[in-house]
Amino acid sequence: MNIVICIKKIPDPEIPPAKFKLDTESMQVLPPEGIPSVINPYDEQAVELALRIKEKNGGKVTVLTIDEEASPAIVKHALSMGADEGYVLADAAFLGSDSFSIAYILAQAIKKIGDVDLVLCGRQAADWDEGVVGSILAEKLKYPLVTLAGSIEISEETLKVRRVLLDGYQEFAVPKPAVVTVSNEVGKPRLPSGWGIISASRREVPVWDASAIDADPALTGGCVARKELVKIYAPERERQCDIVEGETTEEAGEKLAEKLLKFGLI
Amino acid sequence: MNQNSDIAKYKDVLICGEVTHTKISNATKELLRTGRELSDSLGKFLHVLLVGRDIGEAASEAIALGADKVHLVSGAPFEESLPEFYVQLLTRLCAKLEPRIVLFSQTDMGRDIAPRLAGRLDVPISLDCVRLDVDSDSRSILLTKPVYGGNAMAVWKAVGQNTQIATMRLRVTKPAESGDSRQGEILSVPEIMEKPTIKEELLCTVKEMSKGIRLEDAKVVVAGGGGIGGNEGFRLIEELAQTLRGAVGTSRVPCDEGWMPKNMEIGQTGHMVSPDIYIAIGISGAPQHLAGCSGSKYIVSINKDPDAHIFKESDLGLVGDYREALSSLIEKLKSILSD
Repeated sequence: MNIVICIKKIPDPEIPPAKFKLDTESMQVLPPEGIPSVINPYDEQAVELALRIKEKNGGKVTVLTIDEEASPAIVKHALSMGADEGYVLADAAFLGSDSFSIAYILAQAIKKIGDVDLVLCGRQAADWDEGVVGSILAEKLKYPLVTLAGSIEISEETLKVRRVLLDGYQEFAVPKPAVVTVSNEVGKPRLPSGWGIISASRREVPVWDASAIDADPALTGGCVARKELVKIYAPERERQCDIVEGETTEEAGEKLAEKLLKFGLI
Repeated sequence: MNQNSDIAKYKDVLICGEVTHTKISNATKELLRTGRELSDSLGKFLHVLLVGRDIGEAASEAIALGADKVHLVSGAPFEESLPEFYVQLLTRLCAKLEPRIVLFSQTDMGRDIAPRLAGRLDVPISLDCVRLDVDSDSRSILLTKPVYGGNAMAVWKAVGQNTQIATMRLRVTKPAESGDSRQGEILSVPEIMEKPTIKEELLCTVKEMSKGIRLEDAKVVVAGGGGIGGNEGFRLIEELAQTLRGAVGTSRVPCDEGWMPKNMEIGQTGHMVSPDIYIAIGISGAPQHLAGCSGSKYIVSINKDPDAHIFKESDLGLVGDYREALSSLIEKLKSILSD
């Protein structure tokens, strides 16, 4: 089983909302000071799922990321979790690429890697919350697609994929190779081992540019984006919180009940 | 190329509707309101695609709810059919109608089909939008959607004059109201699928009904988060919900930790609820969670951290240990309710 996972670097989504800063003028999100960017948590779950599949069925796990700074940090994180190989895709021509161009760049890199059985993507990235790259990637590669997977079982020719529904699940059988987007039902990703961190830190992570993956620069970058950002703003907070006080927490609990009654809420 | 003729070419609004038990689903009713308003601002027709069995009645219902033209395909509904079937059907319908925009709800179906269709047609897409406007100067459609887990709102505009695709977040608008005098046209679309091109096979669909009131229907929702500390603590949450005849939900942490089943999660990647009272217990208030409950009339929160973000989003708050607070709250509520 050769698995490729597409991962993305994003500002840490777990920062307290108070630390989130916007520049509405330049329409940019300002990275929180002193807090390093992280692997998109949904992609980390895709790495976890790939590693579980590898442990059971053998094979090779490769991660791919597109990063304008050509930083190997999140690739190294995936390597430290147990991935075998990783590549960073970086080229000035990729700057400002939309989901379609991103999918094209990834598809070109996947073709270069070759002999792939399964491509995994996180269900969405926790920055722009789009959740479309995996689906477009499947179209570009002409692979079958299952979205929002919670688990995957591998057999000789096919993949049995469980798709999570809001109130249940579906099971699909798809031939290899396929694209699967991974939902958060996979569960907590493993922590890298100490040895994993040390060996990943020593690894060279190759950087591939447009020509290395035979990507046509005319099909990437901001100038071919299919939509444009008109405005970005912070949502308004509308609620005023009335804190219920009491000598003890129990007393506050009783007062809370009285307030609910007084406001006609019960 | 003459741009004006291009604008004229792409015209109407197309909704990909959903039918549950032969009736228009609540999500589609909301979408019909949004679609109707948009069609009226553009001065164009509102088309609805409905797929399912015994949906003749739903077609008339769609017209009463605002549709001008309903395209009926008799076949298996989404959960019993392959996504590829929908994509091929919509590709064909888009070629025929050349709609300005195709709208889906942000449901299991919309999340799956909309990006596939965008990939197939190579056209712009925005998922999980909360409002659509028509720019008064350019006549472009402006799509507003939460980004960064809800920390910010982004407004997008499609480049070029192609058809574009959007999904709408649930519960951000009221369902369309029925007007019995409304007129419309019902068109039958033959079901044609290029069977040999389909590689996926659907093995089964399993519905796991959670016990008690559906989260979406409940007037009161009591939700627990990471602060509950384990499965055990949810007994108190359940007791409070029972006392108020409400439903129990969770934030993401209890599901990720395996304390509670995933189908109870409220938030961006789970249920969207808008009850009269939402009681958040041990929930810090990540925007991704608030995305699922911010439409609630009244938000009450209990948290031991006075600086928890949830208090900024609540109407009533209690700072303290949830066990102590809940035991006295439940006792008091029981005595009030038994009077």
